[in-house]
Amino acid sequence: MRDVAIVSFAQTVHSRRRQDVNEVELIQPVIQEAKERVGLDRHDIGFTCSGSSDYLAGQAFSFVMTLDAVGPWPPISESHVEMDGAWALYEAWVKIQTGAADTALVYGYGKSSPGDLPRVLSRQLDPYYFGPLWLDSVSVAALQARAMIDSGKLTQRQMAETAARSRAAAKANPFAQVKGDFDVEAILAEDCLADPLRRHDCPPVSDGGAAVVLAADDTARRLVERPAWIRGIDHRVDSHNLGARDLTRAPSAALAAHEAGVSGGKVDVAELHAPFTHQEAILRAEIPLDGAEVNPSGGALAANPMMAAGLIRLGEVARRIIDGSADRGVAHATAGHCLQQNLVAVLEGDG
Amino acid sequence: MTEPEILSAPLVLEFPFSRTTGPVIGAFLTGLREKTVVGMRGADGRVICPAVEYDPETGAPLTELVELSDTGTVTSWTWVSQPRQGQPFARPFAFALVQIDGADTAMAHAVDVADATEMSTGMRVRARWAVEREGLITDIECFEPELAR
Amino acid sequence: MSEIAELPEGLWYQPDVDTSQIPAIAGVEAVRSIRVPARVEYLYTPGRAPTRFLRALAEKRIMGERCPVTGKVYVPPRGVSPVVGLPTEEQVELGHRGTVTTFCVVDIAFTGQVTETPFVSALVLIDGADITLHGLIQGIPPADVRPGMRVEAVWVPDDELSTSFENIRWWRPSGEPDVDPDTIREYL
Repeated sequence: MRDVAIVSFAQTVHSRRRQDVNEVELIQPVIQEAKERVGLDRHDIGFTCSGSSDYLAGQAFSFVMTLDAVGPWPPISESHVEMDGAWALYEAWVKIQTGAADTALVYGYGKSSPGDLPRVLSRQLDPYYFGPLWLDSVSVAALQARAMIDSGKLTQRQMAETAARSRAAAKANPFAQVKGDFDVEAILAEDCLADPLRRHDCPPVSDGGAAVVLAADDTARRLVERPAWIRGIDHRVDSHNLGARDLTRAPSAALAAHEAGVSGGKVDVAELHAPFTHQEAILRAEIPLDGAEVNPSGGALAANPMMAAGLIRLGEVARRIIDGSADRGVAHATAGHCLQQNLVAVLEGDG
Repeated sequence: MTEPEILSAPLVLEFPFSRTTGPVIGAFLTGLREKTVVGMRGADGRVICPAVEYDPETGAPLTELVELSDTGTVTSWTWVSQPRQGQPFARPFAFALVQIDGADTAMAHAVDVADATEMSTGMRVRARWAVEREGLITDIECFEPELAR
Repeated sequence: MSEIAELPEGLWYQPDVDTSQIPAIAGVEAVRSIRVPARVEYLYTPGRAPTRFLRALAEKRIMGERCPVTGKVYVPPRGVSPVVGLPTEEQVELGHRGTVTTFCVVDIAFTGQVTETPFVSALVLIDGADITLHGLIQGIPPADVRPGMRVEAVWVPDDELSTSFENIRWWRPSGEPDVDPDTIREYL
């Protein structure tokens, strides 16, 4: 195996709507910043991989248009996943492991404001048994939250505490969208948006994106003093059939964490991609984090750009390793409804 | 350069999808059209409803259809106070997971009650059949409390 | 060669199911396909550079944008030079004439089509631009259209001008002599 590290990370300031820019204008500054931070230009990138979804903004073949932002001429080595950029990072990591590239640019972006996101995401579900019902993503999450509460694993108060803690942590995150001091009692006094979920239990709808540069071996050591080495990375999937799952569990997250080697050492910091408050509780039960600081960025509850929020978890952990504030961290990304698909990576700094 | 104010235009994506069902989903939807709920017996004997083609654990192809009743139990639910376009009702309703009697898994559907206070996990429900049925999950118009009849 | 992992029997085909034990579906015509239309609505916003382009177009001006590195002019601009990946910010006013680089004759109507067949669909290199733009060619029999032919924009009446690409209805022969094919070779 080659040593592969995250050496650079950049993200947009996430917001409810960025109507002033199109998708390529949204992501171009972030791609440029990620490269410039480590002094690379487009000719130094061995492989480019992006994550996006056409359904978000209704832009057919969106990723082809945003490729303009990397200057893909003469023709570059490139790929795309119709998923969060975290899975694009996984593909890039594999590409570097094969020896076909020493560096990779990975980015993910989502402009959700043009549509009604919960309705758009209903199209992710099985088209035969779910599609005609237009079961929206907030309702689906609420079915999972109810299962957690009914099972006795979680209370609405604990969910409100997660919301308050995340938004308070986000005050230190200049890129976060929803941040501030929220009172748990006041949250609990609010009406439900989708019983048992209150508005505070849900992620914001965000326009935004992020980019990461990966590098191998001595290239990584040359680009930064302290690369964030990817010591383990794995992704697994649970059934799409919500009615056949135990919604209080995410076995795929547990397995990915095991395969990534999370329990092989002390975890200083963890960034969990839990768009809804109850999902953080599920992930904490599946991924052995033992007292690690969780979501110091505020997580997806503070900003949730679709197809980027998972990649941002990797970037946030890497940033803390690169700047020396953490030695070993765990990053998690999710895709689909109810934590269906999960990716876990272990990042470490040298000595 | 001065930036002009933002332009915008409505954009509608409309896909007139027609999907083939295959024999298993076809059998399940045929059942709904005929006001009958069927499940599929899995490799371990569990009954999966709605019927699926392959065992969720082993991947083995499944062929043993099982006739079930049109009653079941709510295993989870949420309240939709502001329904979206295309959802089963334009008035407030519940989305729920309903485990049909005799099945070991649940199906998603709507439950038609007046208020969230009438919903609870474990409540008994019965399918209300649509008048016009064509072989869709919406041939079950919704579920309603079993005692309503 | 490594062994292929064992796959469950029948994974690559779907066996028929036995419906004979279920009277309700045993003797009836089976459902074989379903209609599941998916309609999703958006409010589309074009972004900065396309907005600049569309604003100018409403004033009957065609504005390209210049790559800060190569100097190439792109129209319509999308905000980023597709060759170097950097923002385009310098607007360049282009002419209302251009050269057909390539074209096709459309004989078969398609859904949603508004133009009568046959019609000519072409790529036009607008004077001053470094990229071709798609347009329709009218005012000449399809059989007479050729690469290198000079054309001019036909606009909607002034009182119908809007921030729409449809401001240019089509292109028609300008009457100038054809260009030397070598001058458009780069755009084919």
